[in-house]
Amino acid sequence: MSFMLRCPNCGDRHVAEFSFRGEYLQRPQQEDEFASWADYVYMKENVQGKHFEWWYHGSGCQRWFLAERDTTDNTTQTTFWFDDRPRLINRESEPDA
Amino acid sequence: MAKQMWRTYDLKKTYDIVIIGGGAHGLATAYYLAKMGVKNVAVLEARYPGYGGSGRNTAILRSNYRTEEGIKFYDQSLGLYENLSTELNYNLMFSQQGHFTLGHTESSTSGLVTRAENNKALGVNSFMLTPQEIKKKLPEINISSHARYPILGALYHPPGGIIRHDAVVWAYGRGADKGGVEIHNLTEVQDILVKNGKVEGVKTNRGTIYAKKVISVVAGWSSEVCRLAGVKLPFVTHPLQALVTESYKPWLHHVVVSSTLHIYLSQTDRGELVCGDGIDGYPHYGMRSTLGFMEAFSAHVLELFPILHNVKVQRQWAGLCDMTPDYSPIISPIDEIEGFYVNGGWGTYGFKASPASGFNTAKMLAEGKVPDMIKPFSYNRFGENRLVGEKAAASVSS
Repeated sequence: MSFMLRCPNCGDRHVAEFSFRGEYLQRPQQEDEFASWADYVYMKENVQGKHFEWWYHGSGCQRWFLAERDTTDNTTQTTFWFDDRPRLINRESEPDA
Repeated sequence: MAKQMWRTYDLKKTYDIVIIGGGAHGLATAYYLAKMGVKNVAVLEARYPGYGGSGRNTAILRSNYRTEEGIKFYDQSLGLYENLSTELNYNLMFSQQGHFTLGHTESSTSGLVTRAENNKALGVNSFMLTPQEIKKKLPEINISSHARYPILGALYHPPGGIIRHDAVVWAYGRGADKGGVEIHNLTEVQDILVKNGKVEGVKTNRGTIYAKKVISVVAGWSSEVCRLAGVKLPFVTHPLQALVTESYKPWLHHVVVSSTLHIYLSQTDRGELVCGDGIDGYPHYGMRSTLGFMEAFSAHVLELFPILHNVKVQRQWAGLCDMTPDYSPIISPIDEIEGFYVNGGWGTYGFKASPASGFNTAKMLAEGKVPDMIKPFSYNRFGENRLVGEKAAASVSS
């Protein structure tokens, strides 16, 4: 299903200008054990509904940003820079930018 | 009046095994379980049998994969498919018409050569053809060197072909029913009951049932179903779009696939062309079509087969592909939850695997031991960094 995605820099553009770059997951600490790194690399939530994900505006400003998108209908999108995530991603464990 | 293919039952309180998902894999598992003498089995299907990937694929069968694990597994599947019409007493219209995988670049062609050699070493009939040899079998194909992606060669796999996918679902369902398995459609699993590290049963919209073993066989929806048991999977669900054209007189007598162009193409006995594309670029659970797919796909098909410039598309649809990081499935017990199993991660290669998947899954459930054939497809391989990189899966290589 096609849709328009709002690049925080360029505004509304067709999704074909962007590449999806994976679910937004929290990166383990350098010293964390191998299992949590394997989990981070391979395991996904793959939610049917709203989730946070990375996008790359390859045919535009070439910047990376985060989006909240509903995977059932592509609606309810909010897009924002990585640095704005503590304000916009409502998770207790979200580290400060 | 036509006789019903399977009976309807009230839900019992307990079963030995509950299979979540009534697609080709779930019903094949149920059929082989019944054949092995395990009959107290319920298949729970949220919608109707064959609603998901089993009814949305492009019905292509082949076994010319790249890894040893993959080649052996898909070849067992192809072997089971060859005898399936007789075994299930149902005309599955299996046509082993031969399967072409086109190479358009040096790197993709050398990948095909590797596959041909791996296939030969494991006894799978598969070899390379030159553009002139391709043209002899597919007179309408454009082998001009002036194309955007000229054809440099093809991997040819004579035993590959197409089958009627709905019939496979129905025949396995009927076979399972005859064997004593209960098939419950419109039965949605809302929770998986786990206590003290052991599976107890499932809560459905028709009541709670208890079982010693529960297996999730729901492909594209695996992440959501397994989340109910607290199991995290490495799957990402992408739609894959396909279309059929109106019927034309028979002209295409083989399956033609191009990974570079993201095309697979075959002609059914009714004369329609069945065409599939690569997966959509972002995860999605919807099954609608896009104009972008139609445009890109048409451009690529016309490059291969200019004679199709006037054909009309009849229907478009999408199915869900649960892609794994290594393009191999998971058929495995989950160590953390006794009695809970996962069969999923079927990405773009699930339909052709149905018989081998069902057979080995049934063996795993009946004997409580993972058969050697599917040991490489364990859930733990990701934590152990022991992937089975199957780069010959459809629409993942280039």
